[in-house]
Amino acid sequence: MYAQLVKTDSTHVRGRDEMSAEERAFQERIDRGEKIEPKEWMPEGYRKTLIRQIGQHAHSEIVGQLPEGNWITRAPTLERKAILLAKVQDEAGHGLYLYCAAETLGVSRDELMERLHAGTMKYSSIFNYPTLTWADMGAVGWLVDGAAIMNQVPLQRTSYGPYSRAMIRICKEESFHQRQGYDLMMRMARGTPAQKHMAQDALNRFWYPALMMFGPSDKDSVHSAQSMAWKIKMNTNDELRQKFVDQTVPQAEHLGLTVPDEGLRWNEEKGGYDFSEPDWNEFYEVIAGNGPCNRERLGARVKAWEDGAWFRDGLKAHADKQVRRSAMAVAAE
Amino acid sequence: MSSLPDVMTRDAAALAAAAGARPAPEAARDAPLAPARAALFEFLTRMGDNTLVLGHRLSEWCGHGPVLEEDIGVANIALDLIGQTQFWLGLAGEVEGRGRTADDLAFLRDVWDFRNILMVELPNGDFGQTIMRQFLFDAWHVAMLRALTASSEPRVAEIAAKAIKEAHYHLEKSADLVVRLGDGTEESHRRMQAALDILWPYAGELFLSDAADATLAEAGIAPDPASLRAAFDAAVLPVLAEATLAVPPGSFAQKGGRRGVHTEHLGRMLAEMQFLQRAYPGATW
Repeated sequence: MYAQLVKTDSTHVRGRDEMSAEERAFQERIDRGEKIEPKEWMPEGYRKTLIRQIGQHAHSEIVGQLPEGNWITRAPTLERKAILLAKVQDEAGHGLYLYCAAETLGVSRDELMERLHAGTMKYSSIFNYPTLTWADMGAVGWLVDGAAIMNQVPLQRTSYGPYSRAMIRICKEESFHQRQGYDLMMRMARGTPAQKHMAQDALNRFWYPALMMFGPSDKDSVHSAQSMAWKIKMNTNDELRQKFVDQTVPQAEHLGLTVPDEGLRWNEEKGGYDFSEPDWNEFYEVIAGNGPCNRERLGARVKAWEDGAWFRDGLKAHADKQVRRSAMAVAAE
Repeated sequence: MSSLPDVMTRDAAALAAAAGARPAPEAARDAPLAPARAALFEFLTRMGDNTLVLGHRLSEWCGHGPVLEEDIGVANIALDLIGQTQFWLGLAGEVEGRGRTADDLAFLRDVWDFRNILMVELPNGDFGQTIMRQFLFDAWHVAMLRALTASSEPRVAEIAAKAIKEAHYHLEKSADLVVRLGDGTEESHRRMQAALDILWPYAGELFLSDAADATLAEAGIAPDPASLRAAFDAAVLPVLAEATLAVPPGSFAQKGGRRGVHTEHLGRMLAEMQFLQRAYPGATW
């Protein structure tokens, strides 16, 4: 999940009797499954929450380029290099769709970028972990994209039209990435002893951070309840995490890899696995900026933005000159 | 035992035999190819190494571009170039006939076997320098590929016909950016002029000819590089003029890459690019 701990400004989920006539009509449209479009009336809380959520998702896509970008120049074959490059490029494309979706809510891409760079907007905790071996490219595709899809597939039905449409495009590509990641993992797990070691090591390092992607339990969270009422969140964090574990454990077994959880057991009664919780203290530390790569990731984004200022200014200055020149040409006629 | 006199011998082969050295298993593979075949192999690695090394350099920008659209755009060009590399080096391996694949050629040769021009292996510099290099390369690439579509070697013509569509698009895009940045702000102009000043002497290598080129030109397989200069100038000079950039004086060309004498940068690039294949020989990825 690329958006974590998204706040709604709500102190409780408002009942129908607390709503204005406009709000009631809005909520009824959502309840009927209608899509809300950019120019239509919406409560301020809905708009702000969506900006936070879509913005955080967009930021996660572009910061998410970095851990995989770390291996593009070391990909072991021409085909693997092309696949990885295409994947990271897709992520930049997802960032672009999502910034566009956020812009329909009245916030510019530059504003969102500034908030990211200032540290007032977050991106997913997962991208603050390092990619140490080539097998991590498999683990990221398989586990990280796999976890993201769990959340994003239901979001195709979200109430906000532009977000829903962005999700439909993104999900197609994400599931392709996940299959590629699994394929890479398979190659490693069935390769030489060194490759198999890399594969297991990657699973060991990414398992709990992947579980953290869903965020801590939110069964008692007001924000989640409000977001679910607005249909900008479709399932609780625990539901999605359970679904992810149930899907992923058999895949790990198929690879011949061991999930690093001694507490992992099939629970016949609930029809799912029992599993150990990740270390939530670690999660809060990473969110607070103390993960292994927070400084480098954000630093790389800020550097790219600052180093690119002259480039963006140059293009703008040229466009302005062209406008002036054509105005002069018209005047001269 | 003193080894110094042995090392000073003029007859290394006799020394090796005396030391009981077995002939290297590469000996058979290192036997020279017939001249025509060798020239074609040389040419194919020149094409493939240019696209490989430039594609690699461009891929270094991924995630670090000045604006999202350019990040995506540069990755697109890198992808095209890596795709073309698979064709050129794949064919080079076939022509060589020693069972080497495109990946073997890309990941298991050392610097002296690389045949790319020096310009493409230079570090990226700022984004302006990357764009200027791309523009100079694209202008040559289009002229070269256009000539190659008429190659007497059908497989070369086939690859060129596919690649030229991509190269046209690359040139359109890089030329557009050169104009906009050259004629943008004072700073963007200064940076683009500085990039041109650095790169112009390196572009000269694209038009130098040697014996392999002569063999290929005679056989109608590939054009004499020198013959592409007019088309290059016709593509480049008007764009530079529109960009308000001045062509550096002089005709000095930095050269060496096409015969395997490179800058210090290529070795470092290969150390990174070839790491996994070198560290884990024989693994399948």
